[in-house]
Amino acid sequence: MATRWFGAPVQRLEDPRLLRGRGNYVDDIDLPEMLHAAVLRSTQARARIVSIDASAAWSLPGVHLVLTAQDLGEVLEPSPLLVPHAALTQPRTQLPLARDTVRYVGEAVALVVADDRYIAEDALDLIDVEYESFPVVHSLEVASITDGPLVHDDVPGNVAAHLAQTVGDPDSVFASAPHVLHETLLIDRGAAMPMECRGIVARWDAQDSMLTCWISTQGPLPIRNGLAAIFHLPEHKVRVVAPDVGGGFGTKIMMFYPEEVLIPFVAMQLGRPVKWIEDRREHFISANQERSQLHEVEYAFDDAGILLAVRDTFLHDTGAYAPYGIIVPIITACTLPGPYRLRHYSSEFTVLYTNKVPVSPYRGAGRPQAVFVMERIMDRIASELHLDRLEVRARNFISPGEFPWDVGLVYQDGGPTKYDSGDYLAGLDKLKVLLDYDTFPALQAQARSEGRYLGIGVGAYVEGTGIGPYEGALVRVESDGRVFVSTGVTTQGQAHITTFAQIVADQLGIAPDDVMVSTGDTQAFNWGVGTYASRAATVAGSAIHIAAVKVREKAKMVAADLFEAAPEDIELADGKVFVRDAPHRALTLGQVAISSNPLRYAYGENARTLMSMKLAGPRPGPALPEERGGPGLEASGFYSPPHGSFASGIHGAIIEVDPVTCNVTFVKYAAVHDCGRVINPMVVEGQVHGGVAQGIGGAFFERLVYDEEGQIINASFMDYLLPTAAEVPSLLVDHVETPSPLNPLGVKGAGEAGVIPVPALFASAIDNALAPFGIRIREMPLHPSRLYELLRDAKDKPAL
Amino acid sequence: MRERDDDLSQCVEECEIAVTVNGNRHEHTVPVRLLLSDFLRHELHLTGTHVGCEQGVCGCCTVLFNGEAVRACLMFAVQADGMAITTIEGMAGVNSELHPIQQAFREKHGLQCGFCTPGIIMSVHAMLHEHPDPTEEEIRHELSGNLCRCTGYQNIVEAVKLAAERLRLQHMEVE
Ligand code: FES
Ligand code: FES
Repeated sequence: MATRWFGAPVQRLEDPRLLRGRGNYVDDIDLPEMLHAAVLRSTQARARIVSIDASAAWSLPGVHLVLTAQDLGEVLEPSPLLVPHAALTQPRTQLPLARDTVRYVGEAVALVVADDRYIAEDALDLIDVEYESFPVVHSLEVASITDGPLVHDDVPGNVAAHLAQTVGDPDSVFASAPHVLHETLLIDRGAAMPMECRGIVARWDAQDSMLTCWISTQGPLPIRNGLAAIFHLPEHKVRVVAPDVGGGFGTKIMMFYPEEVLIPFVAMQLGRPVKWIEDRREHFISANQERSQLHEVEYAFDDAGILLAVRDTFLHDTGAYAPYGIIVPIITACTLPGPYRLRHYSSEFTVLYTNKVPVSPYRGAGRPQAVFVMERIMDRIASELHLDRLEVRARNFISPGEFPWDVGLVYQDGGPTKYDSGDYLAGLDKLKVLLDYDTFPALQAQARSEGRYLGIGVGAYVEGTGIGPYEGALVRVESDGRVFVSTGVTTQGQAHITTFAQIVADQLGIAPDDVMVSTGDTQAFNWGVGTYASRAATVAGSAIHIAAVKVREKAKMVAADLFEAAPEDIELADGKVFVRDAPHRALTLGQVAISSNPLRYAYGENARTLMSMKLAGPRPGPALPEERGGPGLEASGFYSPPHGSFASGIHGAIIEVDPVTCNVTFVKYAAVHDCGRVINPMVVEGQVHGGVAQGIGGAFFERLVYDEEGQIINASFMDYLLPTAAEVPSLLVDHVETPSPLNPLGVKGAGEAGVIPVPALFASAIDNALAPFGIRIREMPLHPSRLYELLRDAKDKPAL
Repeated sequence: MRERDDDLSQCVEECEIAVTVNGNRHEHTVPVRLLLSDFLRHELHLTGTHVGCEQGVCGCCTVLFNGEAVRACLMFAVQADGMAITTIEGMAGVNSELHPIQQAFREKHGLQCGFCTPGIIMSVHAMLHEHPDPTEEEIRHELSGNLCRCTGYQNIVEAVKLAAERLRLQHMEVE
């Protein structure tokens, strides 16, 4: 049937509530009798806890409970390792409360529950912890010192994991290659910084033996399963709800954060609801971070600029623990080849523990690092051979006829890194148009003659999205004709409520307004994993599509019986189910739903009308014939992709660098994006806009600075600067659509894309702008003060 | 506005305040250290005013204080004694039509997770009151006191332009 809503810029169904200030975020939940928790966090990055004296805290009026590790009983277990891997030989995860050792500033040491948050924080001040501090592993360099300080005494060399993969035969290619170059490239720490910090409300209903938790998370189902196991409860007696979530960007797919165990624990102990809301300072030191990698890369190319082989070795900083296994560095290794025809590649990485906040995926998840490395290579080849930078890329692109393209590496989900479809050259051509690429040299020359430094930069990438294992959904038509949809994935602003409704609306011939989507409530849908890896629209979207198709077919079957027609002759449109070419023989979708549920009693307008119509009476035999497969217009669908799908894109920007202040401003920014078929272009562009803004932050100001004591010295929004409306440019966005052959909708993920190429193109543009001074950027982020140092030390430094 | 003659210097732990919020007068006894943001959210249950930093940077907690945009996390509830406050809930009722600023945000996709949105809408409200016809640069400058981590601001800027245009038209019709 013809699709109507898929592909349309449908306005978001979630907006009216949110715009009125009637959202329901975790901290908006106030329950009767509720108590408030606050967490005491380690002030030391590496120390032994000598003693904890909580007596003064206990005696503060209004304090109900002070917890330290010893009070946790069997709950004092390290958090489960989420994604084990054979190469992760030394997995270490965190305890809910530190027992005798702390390994980063911010690690949870004690918990207070009090009448209100103010009193709980007063009590924290009264807890006396004596630490014996040791030298701190505050950087990758320190972590790799032989016989240096250790984050975990029993992990030699701080090495959590080591993984090498090889495609082709790079060594022999290097031996005979016309050109071989080498670079050292650094990407430093940053963080997701959703505007809503983390938070939990837990309620224990003793009468019903039911634990309910509202958590600002991206993965309520796995948390539900884990909590049931930890507290020995049946899974159906634990309900975890992700209510409105004020941004996640990966940091909220982490589990278990200590508080996710502690707050339910104290709620059960005290028999009263307990709330804990992370404040921003806590978020800086206790919510997971990402990005730190140090790459040594060697590459071989020929005279035509064709990349022949790459040997990349990198160190990955996982912080004090490795809760997410080695997902991030694996993604880096697999993303590095990008859109290029690279047949000889070896990748080797070492994951090191440091005394810093643990690392788990943040939007982009290892990809910005990989793209930075590969795109620096492309730029360097161009400059060595005096070729145009886009031309070098075009020569190396995999061409549309070469798909599916198997990179030859094992991806993060254990499946192949196999590109399903793409047209990279089409994207590059569109980018040239958006940027007015061919006229830029004249613009640049003109500016330079005026003493201004303009530069143009590009960054191309391929992004693995839509990975398994699976997602599912339930679609059910209610008696009034509206449709209820529930799925296990969550939403943190990506408009899933709307895009999922669009998918269902097309199949059932109704408007998206009549679809009510529930996400992230374990009591509404029991199966699934969560929202990460740009997979919700692809994997859950496909499951919803499959379920909706089943419901449509069932509606046809039921209506065919009523009209004594053939199911093939039944159509669904405009909320009606009717016989083709006989539109007067029609029922509303709600009436068909009622008919599909043989009842003695039926209520409402639809039921009354139905009764008064002269339709075929019940057939002989059971009221609910076998082939109906149960009552109601209801079906579940599941979708499990054969492997991930690969979105792609290319971004470019023109910037201006002020060589005196080293401030960088965007003159123009263009993004061309291929996420397969687009469900809602307005939403996809919004994702690109937001991703790019985060990318700009990560390329420019957003560096978390740890000092030698392991303290983050810029742990506030005053010092860790998120981009504002004044820094982020307006984007020109265009699309290439190469449908994915892997799923019924032809979609690929779009959530992370925007952020991925930004550090690469930022470096590219600065190189270009400051070419007269021989500047070559090898690190990210690049704060103006750091750019100033680079310019000061430049060979051909500007006369300032 | 203030009718009672409380002497603030005598308040130690708690204080009686009378605040008009969205046109409704509330009399409460509050701890002196209670932040205005917490008062609005947890005493009056107006949870549309969000808290993103409590450092005065993110702007999520922006409300109108006698018509001016202020950060509720940087004030104590007691400072609001005798004042009139408008929160996001005062912009449009549950069932009434959206305010033109809210409507423009919807049409231009100026929000994603919605966490920053109430604060931004209150800031925009104050901004357009001061400058009914702002340029893009002015809009971006004025918005730089509100952080949004989702949208990249582009659609927010577009929404503000659209809202400004519609509000100007409305005013012209009134006059
Ligand atoms: S919460 Fe008030 S400015 Fe951030
Ligand atoms: S919409 Fe999420 S922070 Fe602005």
